Amino acid sequence: MPSYTLLINGQTVSVDAPADMPLLWVLRDKLGITGPKYGCGVGVCRACTCHLDGAAFTPCTVLMQQLPAGAQITTIEGLADGDTLHPVQQAWMDMDVAQCGYCQPGQIMAVAALLAQSAPPSDADIDAIENVCRCGTYPRIRAAIRQLAG
Amino acid sequence: MDRCASATAPPSEPSTAAVVSDTRETAPAVNAASVMHAAGFPVAAPASGLPTTTPATDASDAQDASDAANAVNRTNETNTAASPGRRHFLASLVAAPLLTIAVRLGLGEEAQASSASVTAIGLPDVVDLGDVLILAGALTAFAVLLEVDAQDRVHLELPRAEVGQGITTAAAMIVAEELDARLEQLDVQLSPARPEFAFNQLTGSSNAIRSLWLPLRAAAAAARARLVTAAAQRWSLPASTLVTRRGEVIAGDGRRASYGSLSAAAAQVVLPAIAPTLKPQARFDLVGTPTGRLDARDIVTGKARYAMDLQIPGALPTVVARAPTLGGRVRRYSDAAARMLPGVVAITEIDSGIAVVAETFDQAFKARDALQIEWQAGPLASLSDTQIRARLRNAVPPLLLPPLLSATVEANFEFAFVSHAPLETLGAVADVREHSAEIWYAGKSPIIAQQTIAARLGLPVSQVHVHVIRGGGSFGRRLFFDAALEAAQISQRLRRPVKLMWTRNDDMRHGRMRPASFHRARATHLLGRVLSYEHRMAAVQTDLRHGAGEALTALGFSLAPAVASQAFYALTQNLPYDFGVVTNLLGEVPLDMPTGSWRGVFSGMAGVVHEIMVDAIAAKLGRDPLAFRRDTVTSARVRAVLDKVASAGPWGRILPPHHAQGIGVWDEYGSSVAYLVEIDCSDASAPRVTRAVAAADVGLAVNPRGVQAQLMGALIDGISVTLQAGLHIDNGAVREGSFADFHYARMRHSPLLFEAHVLPPSGEPGGCGELGVSAAAAAVANAYARATGIAPRRFPLLG
Ligand code: FES
Ligand code: FES
Repeated sequence: MPSYTLLINGQTVSVDAPADMPLLWVLRDKLGITGPKYGCGVGVCRACTCHLDGAAFTPCTVLMQQLPAGAQITTIEGLADGDTLHPVQQAWMDMDVAQCGYCQPGQIMAVAALLAQSAPPSDADIDAIENVCRCGTYPRIRAAIRQLAG
Repeated sequence: MDRCASATAPPSEPSTAAVVSDTRETAPAVNAASVMHAAGFPVAAPASGLPTTTPATDASDAQDASDAANAVNRTNETNTAASPGRRHFLASLVAAPLLTIAVRLGLGEEAQASSASVTAIGLPDVVDLGDVLILAGALTAFAVLLEVDAQDRVHLELPRAEVGQGITTAAAMIVAEELDARLEQLDVQLSPARPEFAFNQLTGSSNAIRSLWLPLRAAAAAARARLVTAAAQRWSLPASTLVTRRGEVIAGDGRRASYGSLSAAAAQVVLPAIAPTLKPQARFDLVGTPTGRLDARDIVTGKARYAMDLQIPGALPTVVARAPTLGGRVRRYSDAAARMLPGVVAITEIDSGIAVVAETFDQAFKARDALQIEWQAGPLASLSDTQIRARLRNAVPPLLLPPLLSATVEANFEFAFVSHAPLETLGAVADVREHSAEIWYAGKSPIIAQQTIAARLGLPVSQVHVHVIRGGGSFGRRLFFDAALEAAQISQRLRRPVKLMWTRNDDMRHGRMRPASFHRARATHLLGRVLSYEHRMAAVQTDLRHGAGEALTALGFSLAPAVASQAFYALTQNLPYDFGVVTNLLGEVPLDMPTGSWRGVFSGMAGVVHEIMVDAIAAKLGRDPLAFRRDTVTSARVRAVLDKVASAGPWGRILPPHHAQGIGVWDEYGSSVAYLVEIDCSDASAPRVTRAVAAADVGLAVNPRGVQAQLMGALIDGISVTLQAGLHIDNGAVREGSFADFHYARMRHSPLLFEAHVLPPSGEPGGCGELGVSAAAAAVANAYARATGIAPRRFPLLG
């Protein structure tokens, strides 16, 4: 079984995993990083959304062998700076976005990546967020993004 | 931490107070949960015995515990004066010896239990005494455990599930208010399955806050009275001169004592020196204040743990290969290839398919896919949507009144099956040993799960420990515990702990789902007045014959609160209009399908039909939909929410072509709601709700922010099921497999502007979790009709 060295949430991690295993299951089942959630396993629901070198991606559809060497992966657990929440997390608290909470790690990671791009997001950019929230928290997510975009 | 449990006596004992045994001498620190489990049934209570301290001399000394109980009882009676069923329940409660005991324990003689913990006995809303008695002997009703520890934490154990409704936050607010504690001091746990709660541990029918409101307050008031008494004794001051604020007792001279520092002394107080009366609503400063969820930080940092996130030693990832058709079975299979794959630990057959255990879920999926299985088609293999729709159409009960020819408005409606599709699929961890079992899952009916699992495993109920874990959405789905039962079977068969997860495909293709329905509605009118309104509904029945587990789940649900579909239907259908002679009937078509109540249950469809009919009648009469509703509605509360959305909209503002407004109202769960939505149908294939305003009168909104969240979720549900989200049945199989083809709304379908107005308090808390679904769906349908000129008759409208 090949061995991989990854930079996850700022820490270097070595893990043995089959080359054709999606990263999501390496994170969850081998490394015990359970913030990224399973909702479909096929790149549709986006509940597993994390960052790969700063960009949002779905680890359920990226196999270990597809990861670039030295890949930097950030999960929801690594978004805050110690006890200081990332602004997106703080906005989620301020707007009381979460209901069941299951989609929210993915939503927050998607929005954090969106806001890291230069321009403040337009309504069309916000509409392009594909993450499913089965509790229907979209209006509060939109409000949180607008607040963050100032 | 020194914790004691106070509790009720077993129901078989005719008189309670004598039955308590003193646990203090043998076990100075008794954990409530362990006492309950060890006893298997409630419950050894710390004894009364002689007072070890004497209450301070005080004017209220004369008031004994039974006065206190009466004080609270009076509150109950007042509160339920408007509800004959519940008052009857209360009266019976007092008359029946066991339940009288229970009440005293909660509100009066509880004061004699030597503990800072209190057990309050509450009253469910919908269930009447007859239903309770059906569960022979299980009369202890309802328990809330509230504990104050020496570290100033207030522990509340809640016999309910948290699946996103925010009830843990609302319950903490109620306790903090009545106790005069800080909200941050509260620590809310979900109770494990406890048979002594009977079916009062069931989370459904939007009843959590309605049924917990008084018990929580009574528990907190009793605790507060003892803390004050303890402080009075410490300072030798009259208790009546002390006040409580933010987790402290404060004397007139400025001395203060935290609740934690008083907890041990309060545990010795036999008779509180002040009456545990409930705060008048006018003095609430937390209840009614918009408050963020207590678990928000855990959620946004990824710390919140769902069942599949638990690290239970040795519990390996497990999936089940399921039949392609609903109810299909394994005829024969070979696992030779699957067993060769890396990471595979075990493979075994269970009722619903072939279970595969592996070191990771990915390896379990791959092994599942390598199984060679010959399936026997399920019982519906010859049925597709067309046949099901024809059966429903034929089953709709006949209308009774003759049409008035031209003065008749009549229409048929059809609703597709809808998946619950909680974002967290079902899952359960099970560790079954030879003589005991432990289960972890997000359960809304944990007691029935516990009993069913015990029966299936051949273990005593007391040896099956069911832990209730937070759930990632439910919408009715988690009333059923299919995954917990499967996990228990697999664990027993393989003699190892397992972590079973349903895949998204499993969830979409094997249910459960909101039953499909067909409706016929007819109104007659004369001289601008509606003379009659008839509604007939035929729906696929909730099937109870899928096996012991599901049957019992359904039985549990049908007992509480739905006695049966018909009774449930009758209880929930309250048309808030003066429409003359109104008749409303449900016919059910038995089909062997995994159905289940979906947020709003029958109202989710029937309420939509009514509100579309109201628009159709108004159009026929040449009336404006809002003005017609205002004139015809029979409830002042409904009129008030209608007026609120009309002014906030505002109703009738000028919109571009192919845009239109629509309204819908509903009245249920002791609450009233209205929605006004605006839709853009300029692209007929992609209608977009652009704005939405909701208004609700929920009696008293404990947490208005939580109520707004529920109104928001109900709106998104309404948009989804009205426009685009439904299931199709092809030859006995569900066509949809994920959110790629089950089109639950995404951000691009949600309004750019949403407002929710919570009306000022008008009474006791009503329900709100399911309240908004039908009104929101109807408002969307009515807006669509006005924007396109197309009558909305078959849902979802986009197929
Ligand atoms: S689980 Fe990765 S997108 Fe659904
Ligand atoms: S908060 Fe429940 S799925 Fe988004």
